[in-house]
Amino acid sequence: MPLLRRILAQPYALALILLIVGLAITAIFQPAFFTGRTLANNLRTFLPLILLAVAQTLIVIGGGIDLSLGAILTLSSVVMVQTFGLEPDPGPWRTFGGIALGLLVGTLAGAAGGFCVAILRLQPIIATFATSFVWAGLALWVLPQPGGNVPTALQDFVRIYFLVPFSLWVILAILLGWGWFLGTRWAKRLYAVGGNPPAAFTSGINVEGVRLGSYALAGLLTGCGAFFLTADIATGDPLIGGPLTLASVVAVVIGGTRLSGGAGGIVGSVLGAIVYYLLKNVVALSVFNLGLTPQWQTLIDGTVIVLALAAPGLLRLARRRT
Amino acid sequence: MTNNPPRTSPLSLLRTPAVIALGLAILLLILGEIIRPGFADYNQITNILRIAAFLGIVAIGQTLVILAGGEGIDLSVGAVVTLGAIIIFRITGGSDALLLPALAVALVAGFVIGLINGIGIAWVRIPPLVMTLGMMGVVKGLILVYTGGRPVGGTPPLMKRIISDPWVLGIPGDVFIWVLLGIGVTLLLQRTAYGKALYAIGANRITARLSGVKVERRVILTYALSGMFAALGGFVLLGYIQNVFINLGDQYTLPSIAAVVVGGTALAGGVGGYAGTMAGALVLTLVSSLLITLGLPEFGRQITYGLILLVLLAVYGRERRLRG
Repeated sequence: MPLLRRILAQPYALALILLIVGLAITAIFQPAFFTGRTLANNLRTFLPLILLAVAQTLIVIGGGIDLSLGAILTLSSVVMVQTFGLEPDPGPWRTFGGIALGLLVGTLAGAAGGFCVAILRLQPIIATFATSFVWAGLALWVLPQPGGNVPTALQDFVRIYFLVPFSLWVILAILLGWGWFLGTRWAKRLYAVGGNPPAAFTSGINVEGVRLGSYALAGLLTGCGAFFLTADIATGDPLIGGPLTLASVVAVVIGGTRLSGGAGGIVGSVLGAIVYYLLKNVVALSVFNLGLTPQWQTLIDGTVIVLALAAPGLLRLARRRT
Repeated sequence: MTNNPPRTSPLSLLRTPAVIALGLAILLLILGEIIRPGFADYNQITNILRIAAFLGIVAIGQTLVILAGGEGIDLSVGAVVTLGAIIIFRITGGSDALLLPALAVALVAGFVIGLINGIGIAWVRIPPLVMTLGMMGVVKGLILVYTGGRPVGGTPPLMKRIISDPWVLGIPGDVFIWVLLGIGVTLLLQRTAYGKALYAIGANRITARLSGVKVERRVILTYALSGMFAALGGFVLLGYIQNVFINLGDQYTLPSIAAVVVGGTALAGGVGGYAGTMAGALVLTLVSSLLITLGLPEFGRQITYGLILLVLLAVYGRERRLRG
């Protein structure tokens, strides 16, 4: 089967296999997972991480990494909540103004990280770690305590069910956007910059501009993630984004994008983000069904994630032996 | 291999990152004294040294893995600090007699966790950032399963005497332990085959391999040592706090990396040393304590800490220009 062989040759083959395994186990032990409303609810909670994983992928392809995405998501989210105000229907100005302001803050924060990496030439890992403190601090300043409100119209918007759940439309839009992007010059430049910066520079590519652009675009996508998260949970929380940073890196790696840059794509990362949640769900199911104490869940979760991260390398080792 | 620090004139010694960082620490101390008289009191200084010692000990392993290059980094140190402290807390249950065996178990546990990190990184080729991050999750899970979420045990009185009580001149034991470890690690890096191999691996893995260094084994050993030193950090921290909680060590992970970078060890590997990290740990501790002294609210402290880190990075953590 040439199609099957072609799919298995893709970098995201592993994510696809894990997805199928995860879905199969879930289907056996928790068939209710796939009923309309539950599935829609679950997909909606996946959406912020999916966007963060896509954002992280763009940066990683360009040869960087961003450990501040979670903090940017938090900042963008609390800015939205504070602009919406406390009324259930604050009117179009505050509603759209809040979204626009949140997206702008996300983009600017992303670009600021990109400035540190591309223009100041700081090491991406440590520089974005430093900026994450700034964004997390600003988020605490904007909203010191969890609270605030989200307009009911927005809460309804992310719960739209037109043929398929809202989240699937967003994922479809992301994939279509990616397909379009791959055909542009920008995609070629991004891969060139991540693959071999000196060569990209010599062939006349504005390396700094492309890097900065990838961080800014990632910031915008993170802002979109913040919108979906905020509309979903319908409140603000100044610490909400923290754990998502590392999850986004894990999703990228499971999705088959190498952290060394210049290769990979977002299809794997979208799958990787879904796999991340599915594996967590499967672990929770097994812990429950095996009658273990809840403490085991963190340990098994961690182990499963390490094994998923190790899988590409283990496959390669096995292939070399044969 | 010319990677061990070259013998240089005293004047150019002044420009090494370790000396710059130390100068910065002194400057911060003076600044603190000007802003809040009493900041540079003798007692206050010993207290800052004591707090810097925890960070410094945790950052030993971080220095080694970063020196080894290959994007080396260890994000699991914080969790291992906690695990080390909890193991000692639980095994001794407050008894002096069990302290040595408990310490041994903690160090071995840290070593084994580091060993797994090293194997994942060197053999399975998982990027260090991701591997050690994943390991952080595993260790946190181990801690939860081991304690059931609620650590029970006790701190042996002997630990308080060794670590917390002053030895001479009112300086607590952990500062002496830190200095002794500092001398030991510096000798390890400069005088042993392991240290020389580490610099060679960090500078260029291919040439190191061609000149006969067993790169994978050295890298695995380095991560194992990092885990062991993190567990040792847990021992020292327990001696000071004399209690444990589930996320005791978390706050040391990222500052341990920052201390290494501020101390002039390049994240690219192969350049730097532990003396710089010690100065870096002092600088970071002084910055935090200055921010607390100033009475800044939490958000202001976080923002300032981040900005200061960026400035320090911009001063000497920059990568080379593409054209140059």
